[in-house]
Amino acid sequence: MTAIDVRERDPYRLHGGHGHAPGHGDGGPAPIRIVVGYGFWIFLLSDIVMFSAFFAAYAVLAGKTAGGPSGAELFDLRNVAIETAALLLSSFTCGLASLAVTARRSSWFYVAMAVTFVLGASFILLELREFAHMVARDAGPTRSAFLSAFFTLVGCHGLHVTAGLLWLLTMMAQIFAKGFRDDILRRFMCFSLFWHALDIIWVALFTVVYLLGASR
Amino acid sequence: MSNADDRHAQRRDTDGLERYDIDTAPGDEYLGDTEVGSGLRGYVIGLGLATLLTIASFWLLGTNLIWAPGIPVALVVLAIAQMGVHLVFFLHITTGPDNTNNALALAFGVLIVVLVIGGSIWIMANLDHNLMPMNAIMNMNR
Repeated sequence: MTAIDVRERDPYRLHGGHGHAPGHGDGGPAPIRIVVGYGFWIFLLSDIVMFSAFFAAYAVLAGKTAGGPSGAELFDLRNVAIETAALLLSSFTCGLASLAVTARRSSWFYVAMAVTFVLGASFILLELREFAHMVARDAGPTRSAFLSAFFTLVGCHGLHVTAGLLWLLTMMAQIFAKGFRDDILRRFMCFSLFWHALDIIWVALFTVVYLLGASR
Repeated sequence: MSNADDRHAQRRDTDGLERYDIDTAPGDEYLGDTEVGSGLRGYVIGLGLATLLTIASFWLLGTNLIWAPGIPVALVVLAIAQMGVHLVFFLHITTGPDNTNNALALAFGVLIVVLVIGGSIWIMANLDHNLMPMNAIMNMNR
């Protein structure tokens, strides 16, 4: 029986067939790219676990408005829809940038990254404008437990996007200065994972905070 | 030649080691280094599905088409579906044999998230239910 036969019958190696596969105990350690990607994936999952604590706090406090304005009165769903579109499209253009990296096409890479930056920055600007409007009509984070939880959760996501924008510019500069080197490619892989993960958190956020808040 | 065999053949490295034997980093998609077109197709499908699900979520809010108390449940289902679309088409976390470690880490993360959010809501709803209203406490102190 050849190695391929074993693999066909037991693709997940549940019966301990190892062969000479690196990263499975035999055949030496996994390549650095795999280790880096896996480690960053673990970080992203722990970040998502941190967000889950903020989501839990928001879900518990969403009704505690202390006589202040509720979500249904405050939220502008048109604004949220534009923010959602901007972030979703930026996730797509980030995907295009990673395709450009795979193909080593630097001009295509810069264009895709620039579009990603513009979309991400417009998301942040829209969010800041929304926050400013809310604070101006006396619905700041100190008004009620609901608003404290709202600003913590949405603001924390906004901070992540801001950090992502800085990282995006850094990656453009590094590709420009150092080219498609292996270590730079690993950093870019981590960046694109980070950016896509932010969009996943935003999906949970616009559903739980804005849509469920408006339907309440 | 079936599609699976085709992919299998592509994954053969120059040193004779098969890519199939190596784990995949999250976000990686082994298509061969020159096949940008099929990679693009994945992102376009992901964008299309995510857009559809987003529009459905926003549309649901204003519609009378479904029973009103069912709308929150429908919204949560749509959100979970969209997160799945993002995971598969953008982050390339799949259930393939080369992705086992990534999928297991994800499963653990989902377990913790469900425990934290579900547990908090459950316990706090229970407390709210059992707690005496504030004016009743005031009356007892009198």
